[in-house]
Amino acid sequence: MPTINVDKYALFEELGQQFTADTFQELCFDFGIELDKDTEDDPARPKDQAPELAIEIPANRYDMLCFEGIAMHLNVFRGKHPTPNYKLADIPESKMQSITVTKETADVRPYVAGAILRNIKFTDATYKSFIGLQDKLHMNLARQRTLVSIGTHDLDTIQGPFTYEALPPKDINFIPLNQTQKMNGEELMAFYDQDKHLGRFLHIIRDKPVYPVIFDSNKVVCSLPPIINGEHSKITLDTTNVFIEITATDQTKLDIVCNIMVAMFSKYCEEQFTIEPVKIISEHNGTTRITPSLLARTMDVEVYYLNKTCGLEETPKALCKLLSKMAYTAQPSEDPAFIKVTVPPTRADVLHACDVMEDVAIAYGFNNLPRSSPNQSVTIGKPLLINKLTDIIRTECAMAGWVEVMPLILCSHEENFEWLNRVDDGKTAIKLANPKTVEYQVVRTSLLPGLIKTLRENKSVKLPLMITEASDIAVKDETLERKARNERHWAAAFYGKTSGFEVVHGLLDRVLSMLRVAFITREEGLKGKSIDFEVKENPSPEDGYFIEEINEPTFFPGRAAAIFVRLDGKVTRIGEFGVLHPSVLEKFELKYPVSTLEINLEVFL
Amino acid sequence: MASSAVSPAGDLTSQILQALDQASPLLSTEAFPAAGFVELKAALDRLASRDMVRYDTLEREEALLEPEGEQIAANGSHEARVFEALRTAVEGLTVQELEKAIGDKNVVKIGQGKAFKEKWISKTKDGKFKAASDSIQDVTQEQMQTIQKTRTYPNAKILADLKKRKLIRMQKIISFKIHKSAHFALAIPEEATDLTADMITSGAWKTATFKPYNFKALGADQQAGALHPLNKVRSELRQIFFEMGFEEMSTDKFVESAFWNFDALFVPQQHPARDLQDTFYVSDPKLADKPRAESAEDTKDYEAYWKNVQAVHQDGKYGSIGYRYPWSGDETQKLVLRTHTTAISANMLHKLASQKGPDGRPPPARYFSIDRVFRNETVDATHLAEFHQVEGVIADYNLTLGGLMEFMDIFFGKMGITDLRYKPAYNPYTEPSMEIFSYHKGLGKLVEIGNSGMFRPEMLEAMGLPKDMRVFGWGLSLERPTMIKYGISNIRELLGHKVDLNFVQNNPAVRLDKV
Repeated sequence: MPTINVDKYALFEELGQQFTADTFQELCFDFGIELDKDTEDDPARPKDQAPELAIEIPANRYDMLCFEGIAMHLNVFRGKHPTPNYKLADIPESKMQSITVTKETADVRPYVAGAILRNIKFTDATYKSFIGLQDKLHMNLARQRTLVSIGTHDLDTIQGPFTYEALPPKDINFIPLNQTQKMNGEELMAFYDQDKHLGRFLHIIRDKPVYPVIFDSNKVVCSLPPIINGEHSKITLDTTNVFIEITATDQTKLDIVCNIMVAMFSKYCEEQFTIEPVKIISEHNGTTRITPSLLARTMDVEVYYLNKTCGLEETPKALCKLLSKMAYTAQPSEDPAFIKVTVPPTRADVLHACDVMEDVAIAYGFNNLPRSSPNQSVTIGKPLLINKLTDIIRTECAMAGWVEVMPLILCSHEENFEWLNRVDDGKTAIKLANPKTVEYQVVRTSLLPGLIKTLRENKSVKLPLMITEASDIAVKDETLERKARNERHWAAAFYGKTSGFEVVHGLLDRVLSMLRVAFITREEGLKGKSIDFEVKENPSPEDGYFIEEINEPTFFPGRAAAIFVRLDGKVTRIGEFGVLHPSVLEKFELKYPVSTLEINLEVFL
Repeated sequence: MASSAVSPAGDLTSQILQALDQASPLLSTEAFPAAGFVELKAALDRLASRDMVRYDTLEREEALLEPEGEQIAANGSHEARVFEALRTAVEGLTVQELEKAIGDKNVVKIGQGKAFKEKWISKTKDGKFKAASDSIQDVTQEQMQTIQKTRTYPNAKILADLKKRKLIRMQKIISFKIHKSAHFALAIPEEATDLTADMITSGAWKTATFKPYNFKALGADQQAGALHPLNKVRSELRQIFFEMGFEEMSTDKFVESAFWNFDALFVPQQHPARDLQDTFYVSDPKLADKPRAESAEDTKDYEAYWKNVQAVHQDGKYGSIGYRYPWSGDETQKLVLRTHTTAISANMLHKLASQKGPDGRPPPARYFSIDRVFRNETVDATHLAEFHQVEGVIADYNLTLGGLMEFMDIFFGKMGITDLRYKPAYNPYTEPSMEIFSYHKGLGKLVEIGNSGMFRPEMLEAMGLPKDMRVFGWGLSLERPTMIKYGISNIRELLGHKVDLNFVQNNPAVRLDKV
C-alpha cells in the first residue's frame, strides 16, 4: 500500500478540526485508510520541520495519493462539503491547444493526453504536493513509468500547437531538465546511465529504434517521455499556466492519470475545478479526442442489492445520502427499485455495483451494520483423506518418540541433488526463475535436504536426534495442466554416535503395521489387506511390504534398502532407507552417522 | 546411585562421625584440613539429609603467595639480595660481577634500584657498587613469611599493597562448623533407594530404611516424541473448521498457472503482486496449458471460462466495466509458485459452479485449507519466503456483510480472540474487503489478525456461479497467531530448518479456547 506523508497541522486545518491521536486514528479506521506514523512526538524530527502524518492509502485509490485528495475525501466523508464538480473550460475547439500525434509513436509509446491548468497559484506546499503526486502516480498506477508518464511545463515558455513524434535518438537534441549541456538521445542514455533516480527508467525505451518526444510549434523539445522534460519549459513556483502532457502504453491508465492530475490541482486555479482541455489529433489510429475526459459515469444500481448485501433496509433517498459521503452524486431514479449513481472521474476504482455497495457499507460504518446469522444453509464438514492419513503417521511417529520438524520446501539445487549424490535428470525438479538467493533454487523433490539441514542446525541438542516430517514434495508432470504435481511423502532421520539403521528400520515397521487396512465388510477382516513385514526370496502374492538391498550413492554400500508395497497384487517401490554415505555427511557438515527413511504415502490412500 | 552400606573405615562421612563423637561442634579447618571442599560438602549433606549432623557455613578470605612472593619468602627481597652480595664483597662489585654473584639479571636490575632508594648501597669512584650500611631489615621478606605461615596479615593496607604489587592473591575459603544432630550415630544405617520386586517378595520392605527422596529434583527425562507447534495450532484450527461444517480442500499444487493464481481472481496483469520482486516464477517446466479438464468425467467448458475471464478483464462484463487493458493469454500461462491458497479456492468455486443441488442450482458450500504459500520476500524476522495460509470460503445465497462479521466473531471467538473490529481495505478479488482487527491487551492496541471479504462478481460470474450466490472468503497466516501464542518474535525460530529441536520438544499443548 502506498504511504503518503502530509503536513499534520495543514491537514487538520483543511479538515477544520483539531483531532487527538485517537480520534484521528478512528476516523482513518472507519474510512479505510491507515495512520502509520505521526512525527509530532518523534525526537528524530528536526526542530524546523512541521510534524508529518504518514497515511497508508488503499492501492486502488489513486485519487488519494496526495494531500489534496486525502483532505478532500475526508471532508466529503465527514459531510463538510460535497464532492467537487470538475468541468472543462468552455472554449471552442478551434481555439484549443492541440497535440498532433505522428504514427511512428505507435512503435514506442502510442498514447498521449494533454491538459492546461490556467492561472494557478502554487505555494511551497502545493508545489511540492504537485511534484509528489506525479512521483506517486509514476510509481504505482504507472508501474515505474512503463505504462504512463507525466510531463509538466510552464506554458508561457513554449508555444502551441504541439506535436508528439517518435524520432531516432540521434535526431533528438535538447538540454534536459536541470542540465546545462545540450545532448542527443544517445548521449542522454549514456549521461543518465548511472543516475540513481532516472537510470531505472532508461530500459523502457533504450533499445527502441525511435524515442518519443513532445515538441512545441518552434520545435522546442518539451520532453523525452518517459525519461525527462526539457530545461526550457521547466515549471517553477511562479508558473501560472501549466501545460501537462501525459504519454502512455495503456490508454485506460492514461485517462485515469490525466483525470486525477488535473482534478487534484484545479483546486488552485483561479476558476476552481475548471480545466482547459487539449485536443489530441491522432488521425493514424483514430483516437482524435479532447482530453482530459473528466467523464463522470452514471450507473443504475439496484436498491435491493445494496440493502440486501449490507443487511440494511434503507430508503433510496437514505442510500443516496450515504453515497454522497463517499464522493458520489446519487439520486433516487424514477424506478424506485434503482438509484442513479454518478461516479466522479477521480474514482477510477469503481468498476461494478459491488464497489458502490462497499461504499454504502463504509458510509454506514462496517462496525455499525446490523448482524445476522451466518448460517443460511447446513453444510457437512469433511477432512481431506491424505491429511487424515498423514496425521495418523505423524501421531504414530510422535508416540514412538520422534520429533516433528517443518523445514522449508524450497532449497538449493546442490542440497537437493549433488550433496545427496543424486543426479538431476532434468525431468523431475521444478526450478525457479527469479530467486533472490541460492537457498531457493528448486522445489524439493525429497524431504531429505530439509531433515538433514535441521540436524545440522541442532548440533548442540542432546544425541541421538530423531526427527520426522510428513509433507509435500513436488515434481514436474507434463501430463497435467500446471505441468507439476505435489506428492505426499513421509521421512525420518536418526543422528547419533551409531548409525541408527535398525532404529529407522523399526520405525518403518511400526508405522506400516499401523497402516494395515481393515475392511470390516470382508470376512477376512484384519487379515485381508494387511501390510505385514516379510523378507523372502520370492515374496508371495499376498498384499504386504518388503525391502530389498539397493546400491545407491546416497547411502553407504550394503546399508540401504528399497521399500516395496504390494497392494492388490501390484508391486510399487515407495521409497528407501539406509545409512547416509559419509560424503553426504561431509557436504552437509555433519560429524556423526545418519540413517534416513523416505516413502511416498500416496499409495496408501 | 549405589545404595549406601555402612561406610568403610577411612570414608569421609565415617571420619566426620568419629570426630564428632569426640568433640562437638568442630571446625572443618581444624579436623579435616586436607579434605577437599566438594567431597566435604557432599559428605556433610549426606549426613545432614538424615539429620545426623547439622552445619554452619563459614566464609573467610586467605592471602596466598604468588610465585614471586614465594621466592622472596625463601631468598629475601631483590634489594636485600643485592645488599647481601655487596656486603660480603669489601672492594665492591661491578654490575657484571653482581649479576654473577646473584645469578639472576632481573633481581639485580630491580634490586639495585630499590637498594639505592633505601640508601643501602652506593657507588664507588671507579663505578662499582658497594654496601652503604652494615645491616638492613628486609621487611618484605618478613611480610611474605608471615603470610606464608598465617595466610593473612594484621595490616589490611599492607595486604592491599602487596596484592597490587602482585606478590600475593586473595582467595575465598569456605569451611564448616559441624554439630551433632538428632539422629547422630557412628555409622549411616543401611538404606534402600527403591522399593523393588524382590523386597516385596521377601518382605524386606517392612524393616528396611529408605534413602530420602530428593523432592526438589525433576523426574526422569521422558525422551518424548513431539509434534511441531505450528502443526499443533493447525490441528486446532482444522477442528474449528470441522465444527462449523467446512470441507477441506485439496491443496496439492505448489505450482499454479498465473491464470488460477491471478487472472481467475480478477487480479489485473499489471498488478504489483505479479512482479518478479513478489512472486516466484517457474523456469522449468516452462508454461502451463490453458485451463482444461484433467479427467474424462470433467465436462466443464473451460474455453468459455477462459473467454469470460478475458472479457471481464479486458472489456468488462457482468455489469463491470473491467480494467480495460489488452489482456494477454500468454501471461496467464506463466507458471508460479502459488502466492496464496485462494488459487485453490478459485478452482473449487469453478467446480462448484457446475454442481447441481436439489433445486438445480449450485449448492451452498463451505471450504477451507491450511497449507504452504510462497512469496519472493527478502527474509527477515517477520518474513520468510514460505508461510502457511489459513483460508476459508463460504458460498451461499443471501449472505450479508452482517453475517460475515457474525461468522468471524464465532470463528475467532473459538480461537480465544474476541472484540473484533472491521476496517475497510482493498483487495483486487474481494469487495467489500474487511481487515479484521482485535484489541491486543499486551500491546495495548488493535492488531490485524486477518483479511476477509466477499469475492467480486467479476470473479464468480465468470465461473458461471449464479448472481445471487455470494461468497465470503477470509484468510490469515498460521504463523502469526502461533507466534503471538508462544511469544515468538522471529519467524525463523518457528518454520524452517533453524528451529531448535528442544523448542519443538518442550512446547506446551495448544488450547486456543482456554483464555
